[in-house]
Amino acid sequence: MKPSGLLRAALVALLVGTGLLLGSCSRGGPAFKLTNITGHMPDLKFQLTNDQGKAVTAADYRGNVVLLYFGYTHCPDVCPLTLAHIHAALNKLGAEADGARILFVTVDPTRDTPSVLHAYVNAFDQRAVGLTGTPAAIEALSKRYRSAFSREPGDGHGNYEVSHSSGIYVFDRKGHPRVLSTPGTPQADLVHDLDLLLNEKVAT
Amino acid sequence: MTRMLAALLLSLAATATCASEAANIRASAAWIRVLPGDLPAGGYVTLQNPSTQPATLVGASSPSYGMAMLHESSRAGGMNRMRMVEKLVIPAHGSQMLAPGGYHLMLMHAKTPVAPGATVRITLTFADGSALPVDFAARPAGALGPHD
Repeated sequence: MKPSGLLRAALVALLVGTGLLLGSCSRGGPAFKLTNITGHMPDLKFQLTNDQGKAVTAADYRGNVVLLYFGYTHCPDVCPLTLAHIHAALNKLGAEADGARILFVTVDPTRDTPSVLHAYVNAFDQRAVGLTGTPAAIEALSKRYRSAFSREPGDGHGNYEVSHSSGIYVFDRKGHPRVLSTPGTPQADLVHDLDLLLNEKVAT
Repeated sequence: MTRMLAALLLSLAATATCASEAANIRASAAWIRVLPGDLPAGGYVTLQNPSTQPATLVGASSPSYGMAMLHESSRAGGMNRMRMVEKLVIPAHGSQMLAPGGYHLMLMHAKTPVAPGATVRITLTFADGSALPVDFAARPAGALGPHD
């Protein structure tokens, strides 16, 4: 009687354990290392102008894993650092990273014309697209992701400082928000999550 | 009168033996990130001070740029900010890094386009008026440090 009771307890433990494992898999989705924002933010949506001067919407980037970042070209330190980090992460992924697009949205449309943006983003990565637009369109996109920016008073010589959110919002191929990468998170985490998203099966 | 002269000479001698701030500083890993067009570039360098006197960096200038300023990037509440810095102390027996995401030189209005691979001379100025010329390696936009 005793051994069979022990066996039964072990069997129950095994079943419960398996159930927990299965449950966590089906409920949790992929095991992201970055901040999981799945279901917590709206799908990618915008009407802007790309760095070739063409009107574009989020639909033009469906099918790509999108890394959305707000910045401006007169930012000599943090924006280039962020873009250089993204570039290095994409390079680690090899050819599969061709399915990714970096969307660099300027919060300084006065100075960042499409041609300035084009030269800027391409100095970092061929998969990067510079986006600009009306101040209202840029603000709408920034507000959609609770991203903030502000322009400090200028020095009277056309120079002014811009503060902006530091996060990188990552969307899957269907335009759903999935993870948020913030500066200081290890590059390996971004590489890991991008790899998951780039290999995700897209059901139609 | 003779005594006064002697005191004056002594004090002059004392000043002469006390090295200038610039002479006490060792600069290494100096590089700038070159961006396209006339966009400002970030300049980075490690400053070591093996001496017993602190040194205070107060400015920079370069024949290659119309303007060079000391700036600091900071992050708070998910926001990136940049501000001008008046002075930066390199403590005695210590060091101070100008590195991406923190203190940096903001180099504006290149007089002629600076190409990656070039060397740019930037003179650092200290509070005592002394100057330290440093050669910075111009690196491409996507660089993450002074070397690959």
